[in-house]
Amino acid sequence: MVEKVRVRATLNGEPVDFLVAPYISLLDTLRDELGLTGTKEGCNDGNCGACTVNLDGRIVDSCCVLGAEIDGSTVETIEGMAEPGRLHPLQQTFLEEAALQCGICTPGFLVSAKALLEKEPHPSEERIRFWLAGNLCRCTGYDKIIKAVQKAAELA
Amino acid sequence: MVTETTKGKYNVIGTRPIRHDGYDKVTGRAIYGADVKLPGLLQGAVLRSPHAHARIKSIDTSAAKAMAGVHAVITHADFPAAEAKLVDLGEGAVNFHYASNNVMAAEKVLYKGHPVAAVAAVDKNTALEAAAAIKVEYEVLTPVTRVLDAMKPGAPIVLEDLEGQDLGEKIVGPTNQANHFRHEFGDVDKGFAEADVIVEHDFDTAMVHQGYIEPHNATATWDEEGRITVWTSTQGAFAARRQVAGILRTSDSNVKVIPLEIGGGFGGKIPTYLEPLAAILSRETGRPVKLLMERSSVFEASGPTPGSWMNVKVGVKKDGTITAATADLRFDAGAYPGSPVGAAAMCVFSAYDIPNTRIDGYDIVVNKPKTAAYRAPGATHAAFAMESVVDEICEKIGMDPLEFRIKNGAKEGTRRADGPIHPRIGAIETHQAAMASDHWQSKLEKNGPDGKLRGRGVATGYWFNIGLKSAVTISVNEDGTVALTEGSTDIGGSRASIAMQAAEVLGIPVESVRPHVADTESIGYTDVTGGSRTTYATGYAAHDAAQDVVSQLRERAAKLWDVDPEEIEFANGSYQSKSDPELRLTHKELASRLGSTGGPVVGSASVDPEGAGGAYSTQIADVEIDPETGKTDVIRFTIVQDVGTAIHPSYVEGQMQGAVAQGIGWALNEEYFFNDDGAMVNSSFLDYRMPTSLDLPEIETIIVEVPNPGHPFGVRGVGEVPIVPPVATIANAIHDALGIRLRETPMNPGRIRAALDEKG
Repeated sequence: MVEKVRVRATLNGEPVDFLVAPYISLLDTLRDELGLTGTKEGCNDGNCGACTVNLDGRIVDSCCVLGAEIDGSTVETIEGMAEPGRLHPLQQTFLEEAALQCGICTPGFLVSAKALLEKEPHPSEERIRFWLAGNLCRCTGYDKIIKAVQKAAELA
Repeated sequence: MVTETTKGKYNVIGTRPIRHDGYDKVTGRAIYGADVKLPGLLQGAVLRSPHAHARIKSIDTSAAKAMAGVHAVITHADFPAAEAKLVDLGEGAVNFHYASNNVMAAEKVLYKGHPVAAVAAVDKNTALEAAAAIKVEYEVLTPVTRVLDAMKPGAPIVLEDLEGQDLGEKIVGPTNQANHFRHEFGDVDKGFAEADVIVEHDFDTAMVHQGYIEPHNATATWDEEGRITVWTSTQGAFAARRQVAGILRTSDSNVKVIPLEIGGGFGGKIPTYLEPLAAILSRETGRPVKLLMERSSVFEASGPTPGSWMNVKVGVKKDGTITAATADLRFDAGAYPGSPVGAAAMCVFSAYDIPNTRIDGYDIVVNKPKTAAYRAPGATHAAFAMESVVDEICEKIGMDPLEFRIKNGAKEGTRRADGPIHPRIGAIETHQAAMASDHWQSKLEKNGPDGKLRGRGVATGYWFNIGLKSAVTISVNEDGTVALTEGSTDIGGSRASIAMQAAEVLGIPVESVRPHVADTESIGYTDVTGGSRTTYATGYAAHDAAQDVVSQLRERAAKLWDVDPEEIEFANGSYQSKSDPELRLTHKELASRLGSTGGPVVGSASVDPEGAGGAYSTQIADVEIDPETGKTDVIRFTIVQDVGTAIHPSYVEGQMQGAVAQGIGWALNEEYFFNDDGAMVNSSFLDYRMPTSLDLPEIETIIVEVPNPGHPFGVRGVGEVPIVPPVATIANAIHDALGIRLRETPMNPGRIRAALDEKG
């Protein structure tokens, strides 16, 4: 057995301290070691964006980062997006605009879109389409997702 | 944009409430198949064939079994001999012998990715390492992956035991032809003789995948009583139960399937792949076992939609009247029989009224994964061929393509080429709405920036939709809310569309209905979420179950007021005495008095409706092509569709837009690429290129509502027909832009460049 690595990080605003084998991805660390299954696996090779999380202010595919790499970092996942009892505006507009069908890509889209609006509060449609091109959705044709992001931007 | 027919007619139907399961899905709380955790859970891995066609000479599992942390290793030897019998799965059928061999290869592997062994271990990595330690000796055989090659004399034989059929006769000797059928009507020779213009072409389409983002998954336990429990993401818990029971040679009732949230299916999550393996691994270990499919295996070893070769010939008079049409449709089934060529034949000419027709369909096995349903299976292929030919005819006779489709359009009473007579359908209304659309009425500037060329295409498509079996129960809570239990897994908002129909009947807000998707022991038999049937048939059951509740509540009111139930009128959610208007209780008030009038009220219904009614979609695309690179951009797209009645217009639009996006990918980029060894070489989302948000324009939707007389609210299936026309629509737009006709998919830059070079 390979020796596990100790990792201390901030996850959704809370300190975490855990052991993880050095070959385990951040995606599997979140899902299997830390019990946060809101981050989804779609391809496990960085091509679909379903596992998108925010790592120190940057969005990353968590399947392409090792769990051990987040030592000392700040990580935000879909589970940290809503305030207790209050959805983030993007979560609300995704519901209102029917921006999800099966919902498996939704956490990744929400984490990506939140990062965009934090960086650029009023992006153009083209900019939103460009920013979200790393997140695949096979159900919606993207239209309602784009509209939900635009609506959330208007609310801000 | 919604037409006015529904507007004002209903209280709940036609509104856009937030879906009940939405909150869990935007917060990450929703539990999908891969999220299941059980005490003592073992993780599995599957060893798959690197060869497209090979005989398994030996499998040595000893090294894998000896590894620390490995609990079990299984091969086909651990499976019971399944019966070679065809069993109905609602949408499609399954032969358990072939299904068993598909989930775990027996004597031969028939495609790259075909499972040969599986492992259960303490964790994923140990399982993967153990799988890699299994030694398999293969005798590699010559593969055959193209349908026409597989039909040639002397072709490699995929299934030695296949009993082929040709027009009802058993084929003598080895063959790859599982079936050849024919639908013939009228006299095609006479029809073509009457034609002034005849257009005939061959078409070739590549295998494509549904591309759902969630990979297949299964977790199972096999207990001491011999009972199997399966947690999985499936389009149909009962269909999964039947397959698991059939493959494992036990009765359906011995298997309980608990459906989790499902991350897309489009037909591809009707077959089971991992469920029987997880069950056997649990039998061997005495512990729950979970299996997750890698993305590469989803491509290589789940069920895509076939590649095909087709020939379509259509004859018309100068005035545009179609006199005859023939189609020769040859579909690859994958490694086992069962391509959707039958459905293709049902759809190929069904947008038209044609007096003389002949359709030949061939189901051919090849060394590719066994195909599965993909959204209107077969109809997109057929429409690509037919609608391309129709476009060329319109060009030749100088007729507006929508006018041509209206002139020859199928309507109520038209005989479909395969026999059935169309009920009330909305083909003509759909074409008319397309003709009146802003898109069709606008002018397209043919020259784009930087030397790019633009073109506009139009095409139509038909899908028959299905009804099948659904059950719903509705329990009334004392606060007036109701719990609605259904067996249809919710892939795109169907909890909402079903709850809305119950709310409409009960006269209560949709938020007062709590829909719940139940396991196979908690609801009556319900067929798969497929065939565009869920909002139609399960909605029908919800309507009937709600009516059952109303009739029971009416009896309670009668008891309270000591009058005859016939004396009580129900309207707008209130129960009222006909003779004494003072006697009036709302649903909510009456619900609060159930305890004192006989106890809880539970309504239920089980339906098998036959009036699904066909649906039509007509689509318009504007493309902009760089002739230098051959790259096509879709710059405007409008989809018009008859949906019968739009229950939740946002999710209706979503189905339309999503299907068009898939269709655009199918038209321009997507294909299974096989090397000379028959192995798929682009099995990742990087190399199998599905459209991203940046690749697509806004997809404009026009909902047409021609209510379906076969449903209490006029619902028609919505989910499938929108993927039927896009490939043809894009092909016709490319022709308009460049003057070339592409008859192979995908119409990628290489093909466009080659066609331009050939044109000179």
